[in-house]
Amino acid sequence: MTTASIPPAEPSLSPVLAFHNASIALGGNQVLREISFSVAPGETRILLGPAGVGKSVLLKLANGLMRPDEGSIQLFGKEISRMPEEWLFALRTRVGMVFQEGALFDSLSVRDNVAYQLIQENVPDETIDRRVHKALRFVELEETFSLFPSSLSGGMRRRVAIARALIRQPELLLYDSPTGGLDPVTSTTIIELIIKERDVYKTPSILVTHRLQDAFALCTHRFDEALGRMVPLPKGETDTSTTFLMLEEGKIIFDGSLEELLRSENPFVREFLE
Amino acid sequence: MLIPAFESTAKKLVLTVQDYSLFAYRAVGNLFRPPVYWQDFLIQSDIIGVGSASIVILAGFFTGGVLALQSAATLSAFGAIAMTGRFVSLTMIRELGAVLTGVMVSGRNASSMASELGSMVVTEQIDAMRALGVDPMRKLVTPRIYATVTMLFFLTIVADAFGILGGAAVTVFMNHQNGTQYFSMAWESLRYPDVIQGMVKPLFFGYIISSIGCFYGMRTTGGTQGVGRSTIQAVVTSSVLIIFVDFLITRLLLGLFAG
Repeated sequence: MTTASIPPAEPSLSPVLAFHNASIALGGNQVLREISFSVAPGETRILLGPAGVGKSVLLKLANGLMRPDEGSIQLFGKEISRMPEEWLFALRTRVGMVFQEGALFDSLSVRDNVAYQLIQENVPDETIDRRVHKALRFVELEETFSLFPSSLSGGMRRRVAIARALIRQPELLLYDSPTGGLDPVTSTTIIELIIKERDVYKTPSILVTHRLQDAFALCTHRFDEALGRMVPLPKGETDTSTTFLMLEEGKIIFDGSLEELLRSENPFVREFLE
Repeated sequence: MLIPAFESTAKKLVLTVQDYSLFAYRAVGNLFRPPVYWQDFLIQSDIIGVGSASIVILAGFFTGGVLALQSAATLSAFGAIAMTGRFVSLTMIRELGAVLTGVMVSGRNASSMASELGSMVVTEQIDAMRALGVDPMRKLVTPRIYATVTMLFFLTIVADAFGILGGAAVTVFMNHQNGTQYFSMAWESLRYPDVIQGMVKPLFFGYIISSIGCFYGMRTTGGTQGVGRSTIQAVVTSSVLIIFVDFLITRLLLGLFAG
Protein backbone atom coordinates (compact mmCIF):
# COMPACT_ATOMS: atom_id res chain seq x y z
CA MET A 1 0.00 0.00 0.00
CA THR A 2 1.57 3.23 -1.10
CA THR A 3 0.19 6.69 -1.30
CA ALA A 4 0.55 6.51 -5.07
CA SER A 5 -2.16 3.86 -5.23
CA ILE A 6 -4.76 6.05 -3.52
CA PRO A 7 -7.24 7.60 -5.90
CA PRO A 8 -7.31 11.37 -5.56
CA ALA A 9 -10.00 12.41 -3.08
CA GLU A 10 -12.85 14.35 -4.57
CA PRO A 11 -13.12 17.72 -2.94
CA SER A 12 -16.34 17.65 -0.96
CA LEU A 13 -17.66 19.63 1.94
CA SER A 14 -20.59 17.38 2.72
CA PRO A 15 -20.03 15.07 5.70
CA VAL A 16 -19.15 11.44 5.10
CA LEU A 17 -21.40 10.44 7.99
CA ALA A 18 -24.07 12.43 9.81
CA PHE A 19 -26.31 11.49 12.74
CA HIS A 20 -29.47 13.56 13.30
CA ASN A 21 -31.22 12.99 16.64
CA ALA A 22 -30.70 9.22 16.45
CA SER A 23 -32.03 7.21 19.40
CA ILE A 24 -32.08 3.49 20.06
CA ALA A 25 -33.36 1.27 22.85
CA LEU A 26 -32.24 -2.33 23.37
CA GLY A 27 -34.13 -4.78 25.56
CA GLY A 28 -36.25 -1.97 26.99
CA ASN A 29 -33.23 0.19 27.92
CA GLN A 30 -32.62 3.49 26.16
CA VAL A 31 -29.01 3.08 24.97
CA LEU A 32 -28.54 6.20 22.84
CA ARG A 33 -30.63 9.40 22.98
CA GLU A 34 -30.86 12.07 20.30
CA ILE A 35 -27.33 11.63 18.99
CA SER A 36 -26.29 14.29 16.49
CA PHE A 37 -22.81 14.71 15.04
CA SER A 38 -21.03 14.42 11.73
CA VAL A 39 -17.72 13.24 10.31
CA ALA A 40 -16.20 15.48 7.66
CA PRO A 41 -13.90 14.21 4.88
CA GLY A 42 -10.42 13.59 6.30
CA GLU A 43 -11.63 13.97 9.88
CA THR A 44 -10.86 11.55 12.71
CA ARG A 45 -13.41 11.53 15.53
CA ILE A 46 -12.49 9.94 18.83
CA LEU A 47 -15.51 8.68 20.74
CA LEU A 48 -14.80 8.63 24.47
CA GLY A 49 -16.92 7.30 27.26
CA PRO A 50 -16.98 4.71 30.03
CA ALA A 51 -17.68 1.04 29.29
CA GLY A 52 -21.33 0.19 28.55
CA VAL A 53 -22.32 3.73 27.55
CA GLY A 54 -23.28 2.76 23.99
CA LYS A 55 -20.10 3.48 22.03
CA SER A 56 -20.11 0.19 20.11
CA VAL A 57 -23.85 0.54 19.42
CA LEU A 58 -23.17 3.96 17.92
CA LEU A 59 -20.56 2.46 15.59
CA LYS A 60 -22.97 -0.28 14.55
CA LEU A 61 -25.59 2.37 13.78
CA ALA A 62 -23.02 4.19 11.65
CA ASN A 63 -22.84 1.45 9.03
CA GLY A 64 -26.36 0.11 9.37
CA LEU A 65 -25.60 -3.02 11.42
CA MET A 66 -28.26 -1.65 13.79
CA ARG A 67 -31.10 0.75 13.07
CA PRO A 68 -32.18 3.70 15.16
CA ASP A 69 -35.71 3.77 16.61
CA GLU A 70 -35.89 7.50 15.92
CA GLY A 71 -33.85 10.05 14.00
CA SER A 72 -31.83 9.64 10.84
CA ILE A 73 -28.32 8.62 9.82
CA GLN A 74 -26.74 9.60 6.53
CA LEU A 75 -23.80 7.63 5.21
CA PHE A 76 -22.09 9.03 2.09
CA GLY A 77 -25.13 11.29 1.71
CA LYS A 78 -27.61 8.41 1.73
CA GLU A 79 -30.22 7.91 4.42
CA ILE A 80 -29.49 4.45 5.88
CA SER A 81 -31.79 4.26 8.89
CA ARG A 82 -34.67 2.88 6.78
CA MET A 83 -32.63 1.47 3.89
CA PRO A 84 -33.34 -2.21 3.00
CA GLU A 85 -30.57 -4.55 4.19
CA GLU A 86 -29.80 -5.65 0.61
CA TRP A 87 -28.94 -2.10 -0.41
CA LEU A 88 -26.85 -1.62 2.70
CA PHE A 89 -24.49 -4.47 1.74
CA ALA A 90 -23.22 -2.51 -1.25
CA LEU A 91 -22.81 0.65 0.85
CA ARG A 92 -20.94 -1.21 3.60
CA THR A 93 -18.25 -2.35 1.16
CA ARG A 94 -17.14 1.32 1.19
CA VAL A 95 -16.72 1.26 4.98
CA GLY A 96 -13.94 -0.52 6.86
CA MET A 97 -14.76 -1.71 10.36
CA VAL A 98 -12.42 -3.07 13.03
CA PHE A 99 -14.30 -4.94 15.73
CA GLN A 100 -13.51 -5.02 19.43
CA GLU A 101 -11.89 -8.48 19.43
CA GLY A 102 -10.96 -8.44 15.75
CA ALA A 103 -13.87 -10.73 14.76
CA LEU A 104 -11.65 -12.72 12.40
CA PHE A 105 -13.21 -15.81 10.82
CA ASP A 106 -11.73 -18.72 12.79
CA SER A 107 -12.05 -21.24 9.98
CA LEU A 108 -10.21 -19.10 7.44
CA SER A 109 -6.50 -18.36 7.12
CA VAL A 110 -5.16 -14.83 7.59
CA ARG A 111 -4.92 -14.53 3.81
CA ASP A 112 -8.59 -15.48 3.35
CA ASN A 113 -9.68 -13.25 6.23
CA VAL A 114 -7.94 -10.20 4.84
CA ALA A 115 -9.09 -10.98 1.30
CA TYR A 116 -12.67 -11.84 2.32
CA GLN A 117 -14.32 -9.05 0.32
CA LEU A 118 -12.09 -9.62 -2.70
CA ILE A 119 -12.84 -13.37 -2.70
CA GLN A 120 -16.58 -12.64 -2.67
CA GLU A 121 -16.04 -10.32 -5.64
CA ASN A 122 -14.23 -13.11 -7.56
CA VAL A 123 -11.02 -11.11 -7.88
CA PRO A 124 -8.26 -13.28 -9.49
CA ASP A 125 -6.04 -15.15 -7.00
CA GLU A 126 -2.82 -13.41 -8.09
CA THR A 127 -4.36 -9.98 -7.51
CA ILE A 128 -5.73 -11.12 -4.15
CA ASP A 129 -2.32 -12.41 -3.01
CA ARG A 130 -0.62 -9.19 -4.08
CA ARG A 131 -3.15 -6.98 -2.28
CA VAL A 132 -3.16 -9.14 0.85
CA HIS A 133 0.65 -8.97 1.03
CA LYS A 134 0.42 -5.20 0.67
CA ALA A 135 -2.21 -4.86 3.41
CA LEU A 136 -0.29 -7.18 5.74
CA ARG A 137 2.91 -5.26 5.06
CA PHE A 138 1.09 -2.08 6.13
CA VAL A 139 0.33 -3.66 9.53
CA GLU A 140 3.78 -5.30 9.60
CA LEU A 141 2.46 -8.84 9.71
CA GLU A 142 3.39 -10.20 6.28
CA GLU A 143 4.75 -13.38 7.84
CA THR A 144 1.27 -14.39 9.07
CA PHE A 145 -0.06 -14.75 5.49
CA SER A 146 -0.87 -18.47 5.72
CA LEU A 147 -1.46 -18.78 9.47
CA PHE A 148 -4.85 -19.23 11.12
CA PRO A 149 -6.29 -16.69 13.60
CA SER A 150 -6.05 -19.21 16.46
CA SER A 151 -2.25 -19.07 16.26
CA LEU A 152 -2.11 -15.26 16.54
CA SER A 153 -1.84 -13.16 19.70
CA GLY A 154 -4.58 -10.65 20.62
CA GLY A 155 -2.60 -7.72 19.24
CA MET A 156 -1.81 -9.56 15.99
CA ARG A 157 -5.48 -10.37 15.52
CA ARG A 158 -6.36 -6.67 15.81
CA ARG A 159 -3.66 -5.80 13.29
CA VAL A 160 -4.96 -8.43 10.86
CA ALA A 161 -8.46 -6.97 11.41
CA ILE A 162 -7.07 -3.54 10.49
CA ALA A 163 -5.51 -5.02 7.34
CA ARG A 164 -8.90 -6.57 6.47
CA ALA A 165 -10.62 -3.23 6.95
CA LEU A 166 -8.05 -1.45 4.77
CA ILE A 167 -7.71 -3.82 1.85
CA ARG A 168 -10.46 -2.22 -0.21
CA GLN A 169 -9.28 1.32 0.61
CA PRO A 170 -12.48 2.33 2.42
CA GLU A 171 -13.97 5.80 2.41
CA LEU A 172 -14.73 5.63 6.14
CA LEU A 173 -13.09 3.63 8.92
CA LEU A 174 -14.77 2.56 12.15
CA TYR A 175 -12.52 1.32 14.97
CA ASP A 176 -14.30 -0.29 17.91
CA SER A 177 -11.94 -0.21 20.92
CA PRO A 178 -8.95 -1.44 18.87
CA THR A 179 -6.65 -1.37 21.92
CA GLY A 180 -9.11 -2.74 24.48
CA GLY A 181 -7.58 -5.48 26.64
CA LEU A 182 -4.10 -5.15 25.12
CA ASP A 183 -0.83 -4.47 26.93
CA PRO A 184 0.64 -0.92 26.62
CA VAL A 185 3.32 -1.90 24.07
CA THR A 186 0.84 -3.62 21.75
CA SER A 187 -1.65 -0.75 22.22
CA THR A 188 1.03 1.70 21.07
CA THR A 189 1.67 -0.45 17.98
CA ILE A 190 -2.05 -0.37 17.13
CA ILE A 191 -2.30 3.40 17.72
CA GLU A 192 0.75 3.91 15.53
CA LEU A 193 -1.01 1.97 12.75
CA ILE A 194 -4.13 4.11 13.12
CA ILE A 195 -2.05 7.31 12.97
CA LYS A 196 -0.22 5.89 9.94
CA GLU A 197 -3.55 5.18 8.25
CA ARG A 198 -4.87 8.66 9.12
CA ASP A 199 -1.78 10.50 7.87
CA VAL A 200 -0.98 8.35 4.83
CA TYR A 201 -4.47 7.69 3.44
CA LYS A 202 -6.38 10.50 5.20
CA THR A 203 -9.45 8.27 5.48
CA PRO A 204 -12.15 9.78 7.72
CA SER A 205 -12.71 7.63 10.78
CA ILE A 206 -14.39 7.16 14.13
CA LEU A 207 -12.35 5.58 16.88
CA VAL A 208 -14.08 4.28 19.97
CA THR A 209 -11.99 4.08 23.09
CA HIS A 210 -12.11 4.56 26.83
CA ARG A 211 -8.33 4.90 27.06
CA LEU A 212 -7.36 8.58 27.24
CA GLN A 213 -3.68 7.92 26.54
CA ASP A 214 -4.62 6.42 23.13
CA ALA A 215 -6.89 9.36 22.34
CA PHE A 216 -4.24 11.93 23.28
CA ALA A 217 -1.54 10.05 21.33
CA LEU A 218 -3.69 10.40 18.20
CA CYS A 219 -3.86 14.16 18.70
CA THR A 220 -0.26 14.77 19.60
CA HIS A 221 1.53 12.54 17.09
CA ARG A 222 1.91 12.28 13.35
CA PHE A 223 3.29 9.52 11.13
CA ASP A 224 6.67 10.24 9.61
CA GLU A 225 6.85 8.29 6.34
CA ALA A 226 10.59 8.83 5.99
CA LEU A 227 11.31 7.41 9.45
CA GLY A 228 8.54 4.81 9.14
CA ARG A 229 7.20 5.51 12.62
CA MET A 230 5.06 7.99 14.53
CA VAL A 231 6.72 11.07 15.95
CA PRO A 232 5.40 13.65 18.44
CA LEU A 233 4.16 16.95 17.06
CA PRO A 234 6.05 20.06 18.20
CA LYS A 235 5.10 21.12 21.72
CA GLY A 236 1.76 22.94 21.83
CA GLU A 237 0.65 21.63 18.43
CA THR A 238 -2.12 19.09 17.93
CA ASP A 239 -3.61 17.36 14.90
CA THR A 240 -6.50 19.62 13.90
CA SER A 241 -8.28 16.91 11.94
CA THR A 242 -8.67 14.82 15.10
CA THR A 243 -11.59 15.82 17.32
CA PHE A 244 -13.49 14.39 20.26
CA LEU A 245 -16.98 13.22 21.15
CA MET A 246 -17.91 12.12 24.64
CA LEU A 247 -20.87 9.98 25.63
CA GLU A 248 -22.56 9.89 28.99
CA GLU A 249 -25.71 7.88 29.67
CA GLY A 250 -26.44 7.59 25.96
CA LYS A 251 -26.11 11.29 25.18
CA ILE A 252 -23.30 13.25 23.58
CA ILE A 253 -22.10 15.69 26.23
CA PHE A 254 -19.03 16.97 24.40
CA ASP A 255 -18.12 17.61 20.76
CA GLY A 256 -14.93 19.52 20.00
CA SER A 257 -11.15 19.69 19.77
CA LEU A 258 -8.54 18.50 22.29
CA GLU A 259 -8.06 22.05 23.61
CA GLU A 260 -11.81 22.45 24.13
CA LEU A 261 -11.94 19.07 25.82
CA LEU A 262 -9.17 20.02 28.22
CA ARG A 263 -10.89 23.33 28.98
CA SER A 264 -14.35 21.82 29.40
CA GLU A 265 -16.18 22.66 32.62
CA ASN A 266 -18.58 19.72 32.33
CA PRO A 267 -18.24 17.77 35.62
CA PHE A 268 -18.44 14.40 33.87
CA VAL A 269 -15.73 15.40 31.36
CA ARG A 270 -13.56 16.68 34.22
CA GLU A 271 -14.08 13.45 36.17
CA PHE A 272 -13.30 11.35 33.09
CA LEU A 273 -10.13 13.31 32.37
CA GLU A 274 -8.94 13.20 35.94
CA MET B 1 -49.68 -13.35 38.55
CA LEU B 2 -50.40 -16.41 36.43
CA ILE B 3 -52.18 -14.59 33.61
CA PRO B 4 -49.40 -12.05 32.86
CA ALA B 5 -46.84 -14.90 32.87
CA PHE B 6 -48.99 -16.87 30.44
CA GLU B 7 -49.51 -13.78 28.28
CA SER B 8 -45.77 -13.09 28.16
CA THR B 9 -44.98 -16.71 27.23
CA ALA B 10 -47.69 -16.72 24.54
CA LYS B 11 -46.37 -13.44 23.08
CA LYS B 12 -42.82 -14.80 23.04
CA LEU B 13 -44.00 -17.97 21.29
CA VAL B 14 -45.95 -16.04 18.64
CA LEU B 15 -42.98 -13.72 18.06
CA THR B 16 -40.62 -16.69 17.74
CA VAL B 17 -42.92 -18.36 15.20
CA GLN B 18 -43.18 -15.08 13.28
CA ASP B 19 -39.39 -14.60 13.30
CA TYR B 20 -38.86 -18.21 12.23
CA SER B 21 -41.35 -17.90 9.36
CA LEU B 22 -39.66 -14.76 8.03
CA PHE B 23 -36.23 -16.36 8.49
CA ALA B 24 -37.24 -19.55 6.66
CA TYR B 25 -38.89 -17.60 3.83
CA ARG B 26 -35.79 -15.45 3.27
CA ALA B 27 -33.46 -18.45 3.40
CA VAL B 28 -35.41 -20.36 0.74
CA GLY B 29 -36.00 -17.32 -1.48
CA ASN B 30 -32.27 -16.57 -1.57
CA LEU B 31 -31.63 -19.55 -3.85
CA PHE B 32 -33.54 -17.85 -6.64
CA ARG B 33 -31.66 -14.54 -6.47
CA PRO B 34 -27.91 -14.07 -6.99
CA PRO B 35 -25.38 -14.39 -5.51
CA VAL B 36 -25.76 -18.13 -4.84
CA TYR B 37 -22.84 -19.68 -3.01
CA TRP B 38 -22.57 -23.08 -4.75
CA GLN B 39 -19.16 -23.82 -3.26
CA ASP B 40 -20.59 -23.46 0.25
CA PHE B 41 -23.46 -25.74 -0.78
CA LEU B 42 -20.96 -28.43 -1.82
CA ILE B 43 -18.90 -28.03 1.37
CA GLN B 44 -22.00 -28.32 3.52
CA SER B 45 -23.24 -31.30 1.48
CA ASP B 46 -19.95 -33.03 2.24
CA ILE B 47 -20.12 -32.21 5.95
CA ILE B 48 -23.77 -33.19 6.32
CA GLY B 49 -24.00 -36.03 3.81
CA VAL B 50 -20.64 -37.81 3.90
CA GLY B 51 -20.08 -36.89 7.54
CA SER B 52 -23.38 -38.40 8.66
CA ALA B 53 -23.18 -41.51 6.46
CA SER B 54 -21.48 -43.73 9.06
CA ILE B 55 -23.97 -43.06 11.86
CA VAL B 56 -26.90 -43.42 9.48
CA ILE B 57 -25.55 -46.75 8.16
CA LEU B 58 -25.02 -48.12 11.68
CA ALA B 59 -28.37 -46.86 12.98
CA GLY B 60 -30.20 -48.20 9.91
CA PHE B 61 -28.50 -51.58 10.02
CA PHE B 62 -29.19 -52.26 13.69
CA THR B 63 -32.74 -50.90 13.55
CA GLY B 64 -33.47 -53.30 10.69
CA GLY B 65 -31.94 -56.07 12.77
CA VAL B 66 -34.05 -55.22 15.82
CA LEU B 67 -37.19 -55.04 13.67
CA ALA B 68 -36.45 -58.51 12.31
CA LEU B 69 -35.82 -59.89 15.80
CA GLN B 70 -38.97 -58.40 17.28
CA SER B 71 -41.26 -59.14 14.36
CA ALA B 72 -40.04 -62.73 13.95
CA ALA B 73 -40.96 -63.49 17.55
CA THR B 74 -44.52 -62.15 17.07
CA LEU B 75 -45.05 -63.42 13.53
CA SER B 76 -43.93 -66.96 14.40
CA ALA B 77 -46.84 -67.16 16.88
CA PHE B 78 -49.16 -66.88 13.86
CA GLY B 79 -47.02 -69.09 11.65
CA ALA B 80 -46.14 -66.07 9.51
CA ILE B 81 -42.42 -65.78 10.13
CA ALA B 82 -41.89 -65.70 6.35
CA MET B 83 -43.44 -62.21 6.39
CA THR B 84 -40.44 -60.78 8.25
CA GLY B 85 -38.96 -59.28 5.07
CA ARG B 86 -42.21 -57.54 4.24
CA PHE B 87 -42.52 -56.15 7.75
CA VAL B 88 -38.96 -54.84 7.86
CA SER B 89 -38.96 -53.26 4.40
CA LEU B 90 -42.34 -51.55 4.80
CA THR B 91 -41.48 -50.22 8.25
CA MET B 92 -38.07 -48.99 7.21
CA ILE B 93 -39.11 -47.41 3.92
CA ARG B 94 -42.42 -45.89 4.98
CA GLU B 95 -41.47 -44.74 8.42
CA LEU B 96 -38.33 -45.57 10.33
CA GLY B 97 -35.71 -44.88 7.65
CA ALA B 98 -36.79 -41.27 7.29
CA VAL B 99 -37.55 -40.59 10.96
CA LEU B 100 -34.44 -42.30 12.27
CA THR B 101 -32.19 -40.55 9.77
CA GLY B 102 -33.89 -37.26 10.55
CA VAL B 103 -33.38 -37.63 14.29
CA MET B 104 -29.77 -38.82 13.90
CA VAL B 105 -28.87 -35.98 11.52
CA SER B 106 -30.72 -33.54 13.77
CA GLY B 107 -28.58 -34.60 16.73
CA ARG B 108 -25.43 -34.23 14.68
CA ASN B 109 -26.12 -31.30 12.37
CA ALA B 110 -28.84 -29.12 13.90
CA SER B 111 -26.60 -28.93 16.96
CA SER B 112 -23.46 -28.18 14.95
CA MET B 113 -25.25 -25.49 12.90
CA ALA B 114 -26.65 -23.82 16.02
CA SER B 115 -23.33 -23.91 17.85
CA GLU B 116 -21.24 -22.84 14.85
CA LEU B 117 -23.48 -19.93 13.90
CA GLY B 118 -24.08 -19.09 17.57
CA SER B 119 -20.33 -18.85 18.18
CA MET B 120 -20.00 -16.62 15.13
CA VAL B 121 -22.76 -14.36 16.49
CA VAL B 122 -21.25 -13.96 19.97
CA THR B 123 -17.75 -13.31 18.58
CA GLU B 124 -19.16 -10.68 16.19
CA GLN B 125 -18.14 -12.70 13.12
CA ILE B 126 -21.68 -12.42 11.72
CA ASP B 127 -21.58 -8.63 12.18
CA ALA B 128 -18.12 -8.61 10.58
CA MET B 129 -19.51 -10.53 7.61
CA ARG B 130 -22.35 -8.01 7.24
CA ALA B 131 -19.87 -5.15 7.63
CA LEU B 132 -17.82 -6.66 4.79
CA GLY B 133 -20.89 -6.49 2.56
CA VAL B 134 -21.78 -10.20 2.62
CA ASP B 135 -25.27 -11.39 3.55
CA PRO B 136 -24.90 -14.13 6.22
CA MET B 137 -28.32 -15.49 5.27
CA ARG B 138 -27.11 -16.17 1.73
CA LYS B 139 -23.59 -17.21 2.68
CA LEU B 140 -24.29 -19.36 5.73
CA VAL B 141 -27.98 -20.26 6.02
CA THR B 142 -29.20 -20.92 2.48
CA PRO B 143 -26.38 -23.38 1.54
CA ARG B 144 -26.96 -25.29 4.80
CA ILE B 145 -30.70 -25.61 4.17
CA TYR B 146 -30.38 -26.83 0.60
CA ALA B 147 -27.48 -29.14 1.46
CA THR B 148 -29.41 -30.74 4.34
CA VAL B 149 -32.58 -31.24 2.26
CA THR B 150 -30.59 -32.83 -0.57
CA MET B 151 -28.36 -34.98 1.61
CA LEU B 152 -31.12 -36.17 3.95
CA PHE B 153 -32.98 -37.53 0.92
CA PHE B 154 -29.98 -39.70 -0.05
CA LEU B 155 -29.11 -40.59 3.55
CA THR B 156 -32.65 -41.89 4.01
CA ILE B 157 -32.24 -44.17 1.00
CA VAL B 158 -28.96 -45.42 2.51
CA ALA B 159 -30.65 -45.99 5.90
CA ASP B 160 -33.52 -47.89 4.22
CA ALA B 161 -31.08 -50.10 2.32
CA PHE B 162 -28.95 -50.88 5.37
CA GLY B 163 -32.06 -51.42 7.50
CA ILE B 164 -33.25 -54.08 5.09
CA LEU B 165 -29.75 -55.59 5.08
CA GLY B 166 -29.70 -55.60 8.90
CA GLY B 167 -33.05 -57.38 8.91
CA ALA B 168 -31.67 -59.87 6.39
CA ALA B 169 -28.60 -60.54 8.54
CA VAL B 170 -30.76 -61.32 11.59
CA THR B 171 -33.21 -63.37 9.55
CA VAL B 172 -30.48 -65.51 7.97
CA PHE B 173 -27.86 -65.81 10.72
CA MET B 174 -29.96 -65.67 13.90
CA ASN B 175 -33.44 -66.81 12.92
CA HIS B 176 -32.05 -69.30 10.39
CA GLN B 177 -34.60 -68.37 7.73
CA ASN B 178 -34.19 -68.31 3.98
CA GLY B 179 -32.51 -65.13 2.73
CA THR B 180 -34.04 -65.31 -0.77
CA GLN B 181 -37.50 -65.54 0.74
CA TYR B 182 -36.74 -62.51 2.97
CA PHE B 183 -35.64 -60.33 0.05
CA SER B 184 -38.43 -61.59 -2.15
CA MET B 185 -41.06 -60.64 0.46
CA ALA B 186 -39.33 -57.31 1.09
CA TRP B 187 -39.40 -56.43 -2.62
CA GLU B 188 -42.80 -57.78 -3.62
CA SER B 189 -44.71 -56.08 -0.84
CA LEU B 190 -43.49 -52.62 -1.81
CA ARG B 191 -45.82 -50.29 -3.73
CA TYR B 192 -45.15 -46.88 -5.19
CA PRO B 193 -47.15 -45.06 -2.46
CA ASP B 194 -44.85 -46.66 0.13
CA VAL B 195 -41.74 -45.45 -1.65
CA ILE B 196 -43.19 -41.96 -2.26
CA GLN B 197 -44.06 -41.68 1.42
CA GLY B 198 -40.52 -42.58 2.39
CA MET B 199 -38.98 -40.17 -0.09
CA VAL B 200 -41.19 -37.16 0.63
CA LYS B 201 -40.59 -37.16 4.37
CA PRO B 202 -36.81 -36.50 4.32
CA LEU B 203 -37.38 -33.37 2.24
CA PHE B 204 -39.49 -31.91 5.05
CA PHE B 205 -37.22 -33.25 7.79
CA GLY B 206 -34.10 -31.83 6.13
CA TYR B 207 -35.74 -28.45 5.94
CA ILE B 208 -36.78 -28.62 9.61
CA ILE B 209 -33.30 -29.67 10.82
CA SER B 210 -31.38 -26.99 8.95
CA SER B 211 -33.79 -24.09 9.30
CA ILE B 212 -34.24 -24.69 13.04
CA GLY B 213 -30.49 -25.20 13.58
CA CYS B 214 -29.62 -22.01 11.72
CA PHE B 215 -32.50 -20.04 13.25
CA TYR B 216 -31.47 -20.74 16.83
CA GLY B 217 -27.80 -20.22 15.95
CA MET B 218 -28.39 -16.83 14.35
CA ARG B 219 -30.47 -15.51 17.26
CA THR B 220 -27.95 -16.56 19.93
CA THR B 221 -27.40 -14.07 22.74
CA GLY B 222 -25.57 -14.28 26.04
CA GLY B 223 -22.03 -15.43 25.21
CA THR B 224 -20.86 -19.01 25.38
CA GLN B 225 -23.71 -19.96 27.72
CA GLY B 226 -26.10 -18.70 25.05
CA VAL B 227 -24.40 -20.91 22.45
CA GLY B 228 -25.07 -23.96 24.63
CA ARG B 229 -28.70 -22.90 25.10
CA SER B 230 -29.19 -22.42 21.36
CA THR B 231 -27.70 -25.83 20.64
CA ILE B 232 -30.07 -27.56 23.06
CA GLN B 233 -33.09 -25.65 21.73
CA ALA B 234 -32.16 -26.50 18.14
CA VAL B 235 -31.86 -30.25 18.79
CA VAL B 236 -34.97 -30.50 20.97
CA THR B 237 -37.17 -28.38 18.69
CA SER B 238 -36.06 -30.04 15.47
CA SER B 239 -36.43 -33.57 16.91
CA VAL B 240 -39.92 -32.88 18.25
CA LEU B 241 -40.95 -31.16 15.00
CA ILE B 242 -39.69 -34.13 12.97
CA ILE B 243 -41.95 -36.52 14.90
CA PHE B 244 -44.89 -34.11 14.73
CA VAL B 245 -44.51 -33.38 11.00
CA ASP B 246 -44.05 -37.11 10.38
CA PHE B 247 -47.47 -37.68 11.87
CA LEU B 248 -49.03 -34.95 9.71
CA ILE B 249 -47.39 -36.16 6.47
CA THR B 250 -48.27 -39.79 7.18
CA ARG B 251 -51.91 -38.86 7.79
CA LEU B 252 -52.00 -36.70 4.67
CA LEU B 253 -50.34 -39.24 2.37
CA LEU B 254 -52.34 -42.17 3.70
CA GLY B 255 -55.51 -40.21 3.00
CA LEU B 256 -54.22 -39.23 -0.44
CA PHE B 257 -53.22 -42.73 -1.52
CA ALA B 258 -56.24 -44.40 0.05
CA GLY B 259 -58.44 -42.33 -2.30
